[in-house]
Amino acid sequence: METTAAGYRGVWARLRRNPMGMIGLIMLVVAIGVAVLAPWISPYDPHAVTRVNILDIYQPPSPAHWFGTDDAGRDVLSNFLYGARVSLTVGFFASFISVTVGGLIGISAGFLGGRTEGILMRFTDIMLVIPDLPLAVVIVALTKPSLTNIILVIGLLGWTGTARLVRAQTLSVKQRKFVVRARAIGAGNSYIIRRHIFPLVLPLIVVNTVLVISLAILNESTLSFLGLGDPATLSWGQMLNYAFTRGAMSAGAWWALVVPGFGIVWVVLSCTLLGQGLEQALNPRLTTHHLAADRTLKNLPRWELEPTPVEQAGNV
Amino acid sequence: MNEPLLRVRGLRKLFPVGRRALGRAPDQFVHAVDDVGLDLAAGEALALVGESGCGKSTLALTLLGLETATAGSIHFEGNDLAAAPASVWKAARRHIQMIFQDPYESLNPLMTVGEIVAEPLHVHKLAPNAAERRRRSVAALEDAGLKPAEHFLARFPHELSGGQRQRVAIAAALVLEPRLLVADEPVSMLDVSIRAEILNLLADLKMRRSIAVLFITHDLGTVSAVADRIAVMYLGRIVEMGTVQEVMTAPRHPYTQALLSVVPAPNPRLRRQHIILQGETPDPVKLPTGCRFHPRCPVAVERCRTIDPPLQTIGGTQAAACIRLDEA
Repeated sequence: METTAAGYRGVWARLRRNPMGMIGLIMLVVAIGVAVLAPWISPYDPHAVTRVNILDIYQPPSPAHWFGTDDAGRDVLSNFLYGARVSLTVGFFASFISVTVGGLIGISAGFLGGRTEGILMRFTDIMLVIPDLPLAVVIVALTKPSLTNIILVIGLLGWTGTARLVRAQTLSVKQRKFVVRARAIGAGNSYIIRRHIFPLVLPLIVVNTVLVISLAILNESTLSFLGLGDPATLSWGQMLNYAFTRGAMSAGAWWALVVPGFGIVWVVLSCTLLGQGLEQALNPRLTTHHLAADRTLKNLPRWELEPTPVEQAGNV
Repeated sequence: MNEPLLRVRGLRKLFPVGRRALGRAPDQFVHAVDDVGLDLAAGEALALVGESGCGKSTLALTLLGLETATAGSIHFEGNDLAAAPASVWKAARRHIQMIFQDPYESLNPLMTVGEIVAEPLHVHKLAPNAAERRRRSVAALEDAGLKPAEHFLARFPHELSGGQRQRVAIAAALVLEPRLLVADEPVSMLDVSIRAEILNLLADLKMRRSIAVLFITHDLGTVSAVADRIAVMYLGRIVEMGTVQEVMTAPRHPYTQALLSVVPAPNPRLRRQHIILQGETPDPVKLPTGCRFHPRCPVAVERCRTIDPPLQTIGGTQAAACIRLDEA
């Protein structure tokens, strides 16, 4: 992928014309809004200490509990709204770690080349072939299952794709003449990376971040579903875990499974749509050559687009 | 004679061919630059002429330290840069600047013209504050013929024409007030109508600022507009050197003669007989024995297969590398 002369300024305009990307963006904004506003919009406080009445367990949806109650008699809707906070927190922080590590390794490997590149990329390959999930399960099982640990494990296992993408982009940017020119001026490596490589790799990193967020949220849900989540928090994955292990299926309490599942699908779908929309908005194949910039053509008066009588005569 | 600004002796740049086997030195090389020597005085313009693949651009990149010389010396203002550590190079780069062939690729698309031109000042920490940087950028842009400079500072490269972009590249090279400007085919990507402007600009800068120019081109027609002297390069080696006057009117090396014979002459009555070279340029990995031009040379004799002629002075400042100079 390559950023063309239009730079970043055309990206928003192109994203706005991409319906899928815009749907993804709106969905993600809604999810973030729910997570931020959870304490104000939740009908109940999931952390409140209450006496559980046996009759409250797995109550079907009702005006009091729109999406029913769970295995502990808690309001599923409130759990769901608060769960958005956990899932998004893990998603953002873990993908931040992934993208930072992957970006650093990718840029270093691509830019420095030679032996450094060989070592870094072989390390990446090794990390890539190790299946993430079983390793994550082992690590989380061996450490204390806290939210921080989960974020670290997901973040530090998920950077390989980013590293490879960023390296490829760095290699192509490095070959461009303005990098050679910067070197001829006398610029050092760190300056060239900061000023010339990074700005052109950044769009790719942004797209990748959005896609990695969805992966991180899926991973967190998986770990939590497998019972490796932080017991002090209630993420969507844990809601599924509790519902699954505590008889929601046999009780016919579909709401306890469908609602958190819907949350996961919503956020993962929003990130994927937004990521793909951004990718298309940044894709050089869809951008036009500087001489064929559409806005200048559109503003031309009609007579400039049509051949003059003299030109027409010349063609005969 | 005073020490010239740039003195290159025995410069070699070999590129190993193919993948190197583990622990074994490569045995085949591309002889991109093979034993090149040249002098360039302050304020002098030397045109380096040759067909594509003859090593002109590699020579330029080696002079700028973007490629490491395999052997030989590059004395710039008395310091040998070929063996110099990075710190000496960085200091020297203030005084040696380069203009690239392709003005569409050599400017960062995400930087404004102002940022591009001020970048060298930034890198060398030469301007204490933004106002000073701006003042010097504006001066450089105006010197490069972009007036009014303020009009261009905030624009991006894609908003400019090819000629304007090349002027921006020239301004960015000028802002450090270099003593040597290496221009690698600065006009070959530009429209013919703009070429003359850029060539005149280079000639003008050379005169007014007494900047030495190494002007690399494959087009003999553009040489006399800028250069004082010509060096003709063939397969990594300089085969003829002299003033523009000497070489253009009385070329001595058969390769130069062939090149000049096909330059269109303005006066059709003076049209020379075209010498069309036969065959392809030899593989720079497997150089011919003896004179490297002999397989294509129209006047080659048996001795040319064995004797590799050095560059020898003919008289005046002209020199050529051919064993048959005395006979011709």
